[in-house]
Amino acid sequence: MKSPDFDYVKAKNIEDVFASLHTYKDSAQILAGGQSLLAMLNLRMANPQILIDISGIDSMKGIDKLSSALRIGALTTHNEILNSDLVKLHVPLLAQAVPYVAHLAIRNKGTIGGSLALGDPAAEYPAVALALNATLVIQSSKGERRVKAHDFFLSLYRTAVQSEEVLVAVEFPLATSNHRFVFLELARRKGDYAMVGLAVALTMDGKTIRECALSFMAMDDKPVLAPNAMKALTGQHIHPESILLAQNALDTDLDPPGDLQANASTKKHLARVLLSRALTQAGESHV
Amino acid sequence: MSDRCMHAQFTVNGESVDAQVPVRMHLVDYLRDEMGLTGSHLGCEHGVCGACQVMVDGQVVRGCLTLAVQADGKNIQTIEGLTENRELQQLQAAFLKHNAFQCGFCSAGMLLTALDITRHHKHASRDEIKELISGNYCRCTGYQAIVDAIEFVLHTNLSSSSTQSGVKA
Amino acid sequence: MNARNELPIQPDSVTTQRNYVGQSVPRTGAKKLLEGRGTYLDDIRLPRLVHVVYFRSPHAHARIKHLDLSQARKQPGVVAVFDGHDVAQFCTPWVGVLGHLKGIRSAPQYAIAPERACWQGEAVAAIVAQTRRQAEDALDHVVADWDVLPAVTDMQASLDGKVVIHPELGDNKCFNRALVTEGFEDAFSKADVVVEKVYEFSRHTGVTNEPRGILADYNPADNMLTVYQGTQAPNMMQDIFSRHLNIPESNVRVICKDVGGSFGIKVHVYADEMATAAISVMLKRPVKFAADRIESFLTDIHAREHKVKIKLACTQQGDIIAFDMVDLTGIGPYSVYPRTSGIEGNQVVNLTGGPYKHKHYKAQLDVVFTNKNVTCQYRAVGHPIAMAVTEGIVDEAARKIGMDPADFRRRNLIADDAYPYTFPSGVKFEKLSHHQCLDKLMALMDYPELRKEQQALRAKGVYRGIGLAAMIEVTNPSPAFYGVGGARISAQDGATIRLDPAGMVNVLVSVTEQGQGTEAIFTQIAATAVGVKVENVRVITGDTAVTPYGGGTWASRGAGIGGEAVLQAGKVLRSHILDVAAAILKIDVATLDLVNGVVIDKLTGLEHMPISEVGRVAYFRPDTLPMDFQSELTVTRHYTPREYGFTFTNGIQASYVEVDTETGFVTLLKHWCVEDCGTVINPMLVDEQIRGGIVQGIGGAMFEECIYSEEGQLLNGSMADYLVPMAGEMPDMIIAHVQTPTKTSELGAKGAGEAGTAGAPGAVMNAINDALAPLNANVSVQPFTPQRVLAALGKI
Repeated sequence: MKSPDFDYVKAKNIEDVFASLHTYKDSAQILAGGQSLLAMLNLRMANPQILIDISGIDSMKGIDKLSSALRIGALTTHNEILNSDLVKLHVPLLAQAVPYVAHLAIRNKGTIGGSLALGDPAAEYPAVALALNATLVIQSSKGERRVKAHDFFLSLYRTAVQSEEVLVAVEFPLATSNHRFVFLELARRKGDYAMVGLAVALTMDGKTIRECALSFMAMDDKPVLAPNAMKALTGQHIHPESILLAQNALDTDLDPPGDLQANASTKKHLARVLLSRALTQAGESHV
Repeated sequence: MSDRCMHAQFTVNGESVDAQVPVRMHLVDYLRDEMGLTGSHLGCEHGVCGACQVMVDGQVVRGCLTLAVQADGKNIQTIEGLTENRELQQLQAAFLKHNAFQCGFCSAGMLLTALDITRHHKHASRDEIKELISGNYCRCTGYQAIVDAIEFVLHTNLSSSSTQSGVKA
Repeated sequence: MNARNELPIQPDSVTTQRNYVGQSVPRTGAKKLLEGRGTYLDDIRLPRLVHVVYFRSPHAHARIKHLDLSQARKQPGVVAVFDGHDVAQFCTPWVGVLGHLKGIRSAPQYAIAPERACWQGEAVAAIVAQTRRQAEDALDHVVADWDVLPAVTDMQASLDGKVVIHPELGDNKCFNRALVTEGFEDAFSKADVVVEKVYEFSRHTGVTNEPRGILADYNPADNMLTVYQGTQAPNMMQDIFSRHLNIPESNVRVICKDVGGSFGIKVHVYADEMATAAISVMLKRPVKFAADRIESFLTDIHAREHKVKIKLACTQQGDIIAFDMVDLTGIGPYSVYPRTSGIEGNQVVNLTGGPYKHKHYKAQLDVVFTNKNVTCQYRAVGHPIAMAVTEGIVDEAARKIGMDPADFRRRNLIADDAYPYTFPSGVKFEKLSHHQCLDKLMALMDYPELRKEQQALRAKGVYRGIGLAAMIEVTNPSPAFYGVGGARISAQDGATIRLDPAGMVNVLVSVTEQGQGTEAIFTQIAATAVGVKVENVRVITGDTAVTPYGGGTWASRGAGIGGEAVLQAGKVLRSHILDVAAAILKIDVATLDLVNGVVIDKLTGLEHMPISEVGRVAYFRPDTLPMDFQSELTVTRHYTPREYGFTFTNGIQASYVEVDTETGFVTLLKHWCVEDCGTVINPMLVDEQIRGGIVQGIGGAMFEECIYSEEGQLLNGSMADYLVPMAGEMPDMIIAHVQTPTKTSELGAKGAGEAGTAGAPGAVMNAINDALAPLNANVSVQPFTPQRVLAALGKI
């Protein structure tokens, strides 16, 4: 299938992007890694008037340690994240998730900004960002605003990024020795989108769970937390009883639509299984 | 023709290209249709099968998910160029020896992934090799001969590098 | 790496011709495929080439109320637009029926549907443009109004016939067949044990890496149509283009260049390919159609949609008395031309129970039309179904009487000395080796050790399973397969072998190459037969103007039939070369031998001359030879399998799996296959072909299904949603051989291309069920997705 026709402009800097977005509004699409967008174009499932190529904007690249966060530029590729010692050290949950992302060639071009801005519920990064309540840094001609992950993913492929805005970076909180992180995903084949996935972030107080984030993939039209299960775990130790309580609470948290791979019943069952495995793993690990 | 075009300058297999490139055309179509480099193949055009892989600035990418205009300023290498400059010679010989191909349609993409493995995963185990090639679809072989061939090259390189450094293999 | 069954390598001495048959010679002739220098269909360019795309029905069943192509015609780059009526003027319709499938029926199918679309994706208009992208742009400007008709998508509903797809046929029955052996009822009723099961197989498809394509080039000046096509049967296509486009047979030339995988997908007649050829005739210029992946999913033949109820009756000691099998299979709205869509079900009837020595059999087959994509022969045609239902119910019986499944099979497999043997379905076996293969498999996989490991792990709550699948496979078919039914499909093949003056041996063969290495094995056979080194042989296939007339590659016939023709031609060429040498040397030809490319004295080993010298004299200096001597350094021989309808092979596979009983995910730990395909010409090539076949079978068993909605919409027609096996999930596969050559040819080679696919689904299913047995869970609907495993376990 060949793409429909479109115009193309390569932005030299972020101001270029704002200007093009202002001119073309919703008929423009931002091209970062292109691993999702170009596939949709080839399949004739998208028909933008113009593509704004942002891949050359250096201010959106780089992984930097700030005082209380790891800032990852939106144009950082999956392979750059995979190979980053900073990520391994400071955002281990993200490091655990990256190996699940697609395959080598896709990872060389796909970007974290692209993945977060698309917000596919079955993708890895949105779930991780949600689990860590990362800060999404959004810029426009009016300036910068910072949105927490909890407020970022709105509905299917719709995020807090408004028209004429660009996601430029994401800031993840730094891991400490009190944290436990587990990322688990069930997929039919390596690199596929998740059938069900779970990103767990626990803040421990000795053996007690002080804070808990359970972020599920492919269980809704966006990444989704399980607040009742999270509440059931808060203040608990990790043991079979608390795990069971959390699993049972999942029923009230999750109402997944079925898809071609798994119906709702299967997804709910797998979510329970992943929760148990993740918590057990967290209990046995140290960050 | 009605195509919207843009000027782009890049190198393909060491050869300079300075041309008006149809904007909507992906890189593999450009290489195949405009330059006659038909060694990279189209199996799906949505980034799943890997038959279209080429190298851009030394990185393996899906050629069908790269616009030709995005090649501007970059150095593209295809299976033809990597054969010509002998970067794939060792792997090609191993693929032939181990029968790691049948129809050959996936081979260009598979060899580029294999090249990346020999560069960045020199100690990959059999299972790791299987994972690393799991983004390249092959319908003819059972993947096993391909894993055999790559494993053979990795072992050859490891033992030759260790003998070079004076350590007994 | 496996140990291979290699004949000992003979030293390269001048007194002994290197015997290449049985050697793992690498495919040096195919090296170009590793260098990006192959020529696949879409690589071919011709002057004034235009591209055609098809406007396809979005509905599973709809009448065309109104079709307006005028706006599309005006789009940039568009050269022409055609509807079904236009193309029908140049291409006659066809009906996919054959005389030997008694009562088979189908409706006429046109190159482009003129009035009614019968499946989602059926072409109803053609747009021809300078580039593919311009043609696709123009598709958006086609105006189509549809009268949507009820779609028949459920097989049982189709059989019940409330909605009839082709009113003139009265119902939706394409073909049915019933057979019962004499005394069946009596024997069945006396059985101690009867087990019964229903198995379901989901429709799936070939997903060749290179999608279908065709480039048709009609030259009005000499009324010649040249077609480039990755077809498995170029002479068959030559005949079909000729008859349906009304061009004399010899004015049609079909050329096959490199093919990116076929597996049966590319042996059939596709409406859009016929339309493309017709359009070339209409436009008098080259026209290319290269299906994209989405089109491939919608229109490449699908296969294997079956619901089978099977019963096995046996004694308490475990002797199988009878099989009773009822098969319902849903094809598309047309039986595919010319091989028919009845063959797959027919094979299931022929082959169920195949490895075993029971005497009684009852079978019922119903093949029904549906408004889904057409279906037809796809690698191992029917075997995966037949072997899975047979081996599945055999395991059920073994479980019921508490017998180890290997022992149950040993008790019932036809004895190795029982041949020739006529099976209850009527097929005849020349000579099989079920017991040798079983013994070899047991040793290869160390079966007792695996059982111990399984037991130990079960105690820890880890559920592993071992599954066996014995199999038989149809290969080297005689005219009994198609010819007797009236199809102009050749069951014989030929080889023309020629010595070139510089010493190279050229072989033109009518069998075709899809990448499996057919050409490579012919170089080995030819080199051995003629008496030269393998690097001095070149094989050319796939050009009806140049290669002998023959059947092509399908039903695993290339090595056995084509190979025999090459062998016979090579032997004669050798003797003709020696005749020339004798004439040159003025000595008795009986003293000469041709060894590794050198004419030598048979007794002393003295080298007389290289064959290039024979070539030089024969072609350039015949004046130096006796007056009455004429060199004949080109020889043609043909071969037809005659004695048996099919040359059967046999084998046995085993799968070792681990089932995660919490998630339903199955890990394939290992796989084994012991195969008897007669003389193995190149162990390395055969083994990887078997592995590829196993992986394809695993695909159908674990991952692949064409999911249709009730309204006949294909829901997962992309590589993202239709799951093909990738390396990450595949086990290592250990292959071994027993060799029982066929006596119907000197080469003794049977076929091997489909065996892997035939047995893998049954082996994997049995392994999963063996793992689940302690939990009283059982799966019987393929593919065995995690959801189906969880449902079997009662977890959802």
